[in-house]
Amino acid sequence: MADVALRTEGLSRFFGGLAAVSDVSLACATGAVHAVIGPNGAGKSTLINMLSGDLAPSGGRIELFGEDVTGLRPEQVSQRGVGRSYQKTNVFLGFSAFENCRLAAQSRLPTSMRFFRRVERYEEVNRAAERALEAAGLGARGAVVAAALSHGEQRQLEVAMTLATRPKVLLLDEPLAGMGAEESARMVALIRALRERHAILLVEHDMDAVFAVADVLTVMVNGNVLASGAPAQIRANPEVQQAYLGEEAQHE
Amino acid sequence: MDAATLLIQVLNGLQYGLLLFLIASGLTLIFGIMGVINLAHGSFYMIGAYLAFWLTGALGNFWVALPAGIALAVVLGIALEWLLIRHLYQRDHLYQVLLTYGLILVFEELRSLLFGDDVHGVTVPDPLNFSIRLTDTLSYPVYRLAMSAICLALAAGMYLLIARTRLGMMIRAGSVNRDMVQALGINIGLLYRLVFALGVALAAFAGMLAAPASSVFPGMGNQVLIISFVVIVIGGLGSIKGALVAALLIGLADVFGQVLLPQISGMTVYLVMAAVLVWRPRGLFGSA
Amino acid sequence: MDRSRLLPVLLAATLLALLLFPLVGEKFYLQYATKIMIMAIFAMSLDLLVGYTGLVSLGHALFYGLAGYALVLMGERGEVSLWWTLPASMAVAALAALAVGALVLRTSGVYFIMVTLAFAQMTYFFVRDSAYFGGSDGKYLNAKPTLSLLGWQPVDLENTLHRYYLTLVLTVAVYLLLRRVLGSPFGRVLVGIRDNEPRMRSLGFATFRYKLAAFVLAGALAGLAGYLTAVQDGIMNPEQLGWNRSGEALVMVILGGMGTLAGPALGAGALMVLELLFSIWTKYWQLLLGAFVIAVVLFLPRGLGSLFARRRAARDGHG
Repeated sequence: MADVALRTEGLSRFFGGLAAVSDVSLACATGAVHAVIGPNGAGKSTLINMLSGDLAPSGGRIELFGEDVTGLRPEQVSQRGVGRSYQKTNVFLGFSAFENCRLAAQSRLPTSMRFFRRVERYEEVNRAAERALEAAGLGARGAVVAAALSHGEQRQLEVAMTLATRPKVLLLDEPLAGMGAEESARMVALIRALRERHAILLVEHDMDAVFAVADVLTVMVNGNVLASGAPAQIRANPEVQQAYLGEEAQHE
Repeated sequence: MDAATLLIQVLNGLQYGLLLFLIASGLTLIFGIMGVINLAHGSFYMIGAYLAFWLTGALGNFWVALPAGIALAVVLGIALEWLLIRHLYQRDHLYQVLLTYGLILVFEELRSLLFGDDVHGVTVPDPLNFSIRLTDTLSYPVYRLAMSAICLALAAGMYLLIARTRLGMMIRAGSVNRDMVQALGINIGLLYRLVFALGVALAAFAGMLAAPASSVFPGMGNQVLIISFVVIVIGGLGSIKGALVAALLIGLADVFGQVLLPQISGMTVYLVMAAVLVWRPRGLFGSA
Repeated sequence: MDRSRLLPVLLAATLLALLLFPLVGEKFYLQYATKIMIMAIFAMSLDLLVGYTGLVSLGHALFYGLAGYALVLMGERGEVSLWWTLPASMAVAALAALAVGALVLRTSGVYFIMVTLAFAQMTYFFVRDSAYFGGSDGKYLNAKPTLSLLGWQPVDLENTLHRYYLTLVLTVAVYLLLRRVLGSPFGRVLVGIRDNEPRMRSLGFATFRYKLAAFVLAGALAGLAGYLTAVQDGIMNPEQLGWNRSGEALVMVILGGMGTLAGPALGAGALMVLELLFSIWTKYWQLLLGAFVIAVVLFLPRGLGSLFARRRAARDGHG
């Protein structure tokens, strides 16, 4: 088994008296996709927010390559090699796709306190942006303003921006949200391609995609981990079927 | 400082604080419910004071002038909201700042045009035109005590309005979730109009109330505006309770600051604000 | 005609007009034009904050006023040279911006606006009540600073025309400097912060320090404007620190079109010309000005610039 990149131990988050996330322990390894599924309100968003530093945990521990990163700010988490894509498309709508990625890639310069050289002249940043766009399948669409991209392309741009920061761990928050069949298939292929060199934590509702790409599944209900293991195991688990997959099957 | 002097300063501080609360509560309501920064709020205070001056002269009696002035202020608030303010709701705070800044200029010049630039006075109305003896040498004007009492009564009234009436419930709901309130069929446009008119009326009423005590002069609006902002920043934007606590705090700090630290008296208030913000960046009762 | 090419043409025409203006302008108008250019510098520095970083400051005049007062105080005992007083004044403004920014940038949104306002007023009171600064009447500048090169005095700041051209040179320099900075990695970060600060943080940018750097740079340039004002008027008074002056600058930024740099500079010109016309017309010119500001907010939110330049959506136009 490859190295564990991201690990949580007993992670919790309370909002007043409400336990949004309670005692969640999981691990993501490089070369694998760890999917987190569960009904709405299960605490998946809160979990991802804690992992990316957008929200401070109330209790528990987060480790990145063995280093304790619990409670670090988002920019610190990002600089340590974690990239996060958002459920609600969070790109810079006024910029072109390329400029979006270039800004993301710029974050890997030692510092952006550079006042006099034009940003176009930073070759390494330009190249990193191009590579990210290519990897996300947007190579031909770089010059298009983000607001003019289709929904699916904007989701791809989300991922491209994250890739431009050269992360080792990817936190993907419902990347398939709102996508049609063809776009979903493309995104699944992308995730598969990224798996090899990244540790991926995937939060998703699209069960077909999840079972197509996940190596490990964790099911969350009401903030707790209901079950965790290989996909086949989880599928067969009666509790999971009752709590979640059964509902999904009914909806299909 | 002996007991009587201390008592006087405390009374002054409370009275100033309660008056500030009246003004600040309007400001924080307008921001909390409608999301609008209203720089013209100080002008409404000034308008109230000048209304008191004008109406007392025209109608002969301060106590008759008060309700007349409030009525005019409400009409002004409704008119302003309908004509101008309602175009600001979905827009960047910057535009709200600019439009209300333009209003300040307009109101200042209108005041200059209508009433000139002199300082005016309003005589303290009967039957409150006397002082209570505290010691052989010190006495305290009863009108100021009446001011505090009236402000307290209004504060209680506001609490009842917000916590116990349907309108208050809509106001509270509207501040938390505008769209939901609208979806429930409540006419949000009307609600905003009422809230804005209420805010204007509160500020104007404060001005009317203060006129006999502190004279009527150009620039009185500016002074009060900044302090009101400090009050609601300290108290937490949108929080009436916060506005009350902060107003009393500022009232006392300002009065005691002038007595104890006269060299930096102008700055005391801001130092308090800086201290609070370092500790609580969203104000004492502000939502995180 | 392609509207996006109109702006550079307009700028070039304005520059040419400014260069040639002294040939036709009387002394009063030369002085007024100098004041306009100074306000253009002030407005451009504010645009860096408002239009490019998304920070609406009602306290920007604080740094403007402090620098002006710094010159007056430095020149108290005799003639001083521009060579050191100018950088020194700007340094005073920059340091003040650093101190204020470190505190104020912890807040955001509405709180930020109001806290900057409060700081401006606090300093206004401090300066107004302090004898050291000359109190509410202000303080006179003893003598205009000298500008000498190896014993030769090419520029005499007592001379209206010299002041005019020096100011023109500095205005153009500030514009070019800011254009350069905005095209750099730093400039891109600012625009990113304006459009979506949380996203910038999740991409790995420590946004606080970039905002602070922008605040300091803007403060220093505001200080330049303040210094020039002291030179031009020969006096500084506390009103120049207050929020009314900051509010005026904000009007210029919006009027010209924020986030365009040239817009606010032109906005400064437009507003000051309007003020002049209004005040010639009536004693109550602020009434007209106020009505004008209201009209701009309601009907021309993108500023006058929107009448000319096509919004360059993929770049730094404010979305």
